[in-house]
Amino acid sequence: MKNILKALEDDARTTPEKIATMTDKSVDEVKTVIAQAEKDGTIVRYKTVVNWAKAGEQEVDAIIEVKVQPQKNVGFEAIAEEIYRFPEVRSAYLASGTYDLALLVAGKTMQDIAAFVTNKLSPIDGVQGTATHFLMKRYKEDGVIYDDRGGIHRLTVTS
Amino acid sequence: MADKRRNIISQRATNIPPSGIRRFFDLSAGVPGIISLGVGEPDYVTPWHISEAAISSIKKGYTMYTSNYGLLELRQELSRHLNHRYKIDYDPKSEIIVTSGASEALDIAMRAVIDPGDEVIVGDPTYVAYIPCIIMPGGVPVTVPTTMDNDFELKASEIEKRITPKTKAVLLGNPNNPTGAVIEKDELLKIAKLVEKNDLAVISDEIYDRLVYDGEHTCFASLPGMKARTITCGGFSKSYAMTGWRVGYVAAIPNVIEAMMKVHQYIMMCAPIMSQIGAIEALKNGEDSVVEMVDDYNRRRRVIVNGLNDIGLECHMPKGAFYAFPSIKSTGLTSDEFAEKLLLEDHVVVVPGSVFGECGDGHIRCCYAVALPDIEEALKRIDRFVKKHSG
Repeated sequence: MKNILKALEDDARTTPEKIATMTDKSVDEVKTVIAQAEKDGTIVRYKTVVNWAKAGEQEVDAIIEVKVQPQKNVGFEAIAEEIYRFPEVRSAYLASGTYDLALLVAGKTMQDIAAFVTNKLSPIDGVQGTATHFLMKRYKEDGVIYDDRGGIHRLTVTS
Repeated sequence: MADKRRNIISQRATNIPPSGIRRFFDLSAGVPGIISLGVGEPDYVTPWHISEAAISSIKKGYTMYTSNYGLLELRQELSRHLNHRYKIDYDPKSEIIVTSGASEALDIAMRAVIDPGDEVIVGDPTYVAYIPCIIMPGGVPVTVPTTMDNDFELKASEIEKRITPKTKAVLLGNPNNPTGAVIEKDELLKIAKLVEKNDLAVISDEIYDRLVYDGEHTCFASLPGMKARTITCGGFSKSYAMTGWRVGYVAAIPNVIEAMMKVHQYIMMCAPIMSQIGAIEALKNGEDSVVEMVDDYNRRRRVIVNGLNDIGLECHMPKGAFYAFPSIKSTGLTSDEFAEKLLLEDHVVVVPGSVFGECGDGHIRCCYAVALPDIEEALKRIDRFVKKHSG
């Protein structure tokens, strides 16, 4: 099972036939494992990692720290949901430390993000404060290093 | 005026055959868009925690010689590691030398064991450095053919046929480069019996010990009675993706270590200290990386071997290392012709089997420590090439 998932994590387009070869299992067996993993949420979804800057698309990302007032009985859950439902919020985490929620927010411009913080995030009941950090350069995302290994070349033939 | 200078090249250096690999290196230079299955190293870079340990040691000022034996902490880690994996006891203080790669380990082992005229038995096909390393101290290589019929496994019965009064040692490359063959424990026990009976030494190159996919690696020295007769050579290059670090080791009983130490201290002094520090980190915390890389090689192994067989190039499933060694006899080309034409026409680099010995002819070595999309593209090109050249 782990080997099948690993093959898909490396390349979500890997066909069941190829995975069957890689793992020395039957195609049906592979298909069953994948179907089960999709059904029970082990496989959350299939995703393509795009370098949008390279595609000529502008995107601005920010990490926003949010301090919130937890609510009786539901703790952080209700307010977290109220925040993470916004499509601008790409990722949301409850974090330990000096603030409570860590958000990764995306927009086309800095103004978009500023507007999101001012008009949508800050007015929510229970949000006590925010700190917005605009991201200036992307080195690594989802385990992938951007523009990696420039200049490193293996010899073509070695013993 | 006539050039009166004498030829300064020694007979010994003249007698060493040049490596057939260099020609392909030159041929591939300048060919655009090539995919190389011609390498003999991992496509991973060294796991970062290992690199970081070495960088940090340089910053702290660890830039000097170490003991000729190598850092004691590294020898202790090696001793623990070999005991843990193979249930063999090597004393870190008197039975291990840290070397500049398994290459140096092999060299000092040969020089410590071989007198001029001594015969050394070695499998064919075999790693390109083995025969030169036997010749350099004056030894005589005696090759034992291995074939695809039995997955290129070196057989004790074939070794026995070639033992003469001059036989001094058997050189084992296990797992094998270029065939990926792994000698099973039963067969190693038979070889051990021969070694005992004929009073031989064994140089066991186990650089690929961690890259065994089906079954388990057996360390030759761990077999009953064999520690006293065996020099175990190993290293970090293949298991931990540390080829450029040049760090390996030899392990043997104390009087053999002392003989090798005399060679090592005069030619090398010690392995680079920063590489030794990286190696300590590798042994202490590198196991997860090894397992991850081996799993990955294993997936690629199945893809390339199945792909080659589908193309019609018969290929056994190699049990170790990271090479597939298919037969190209169906094309009617020699392995040299096949590799050269494939490179020039369809831009895939493979190594002709003939550079690894007579029994390698009719085969090519394809390294699968290569990114999967590149393996798949290379297979497409090889398929196109084979179709073009058959019938």
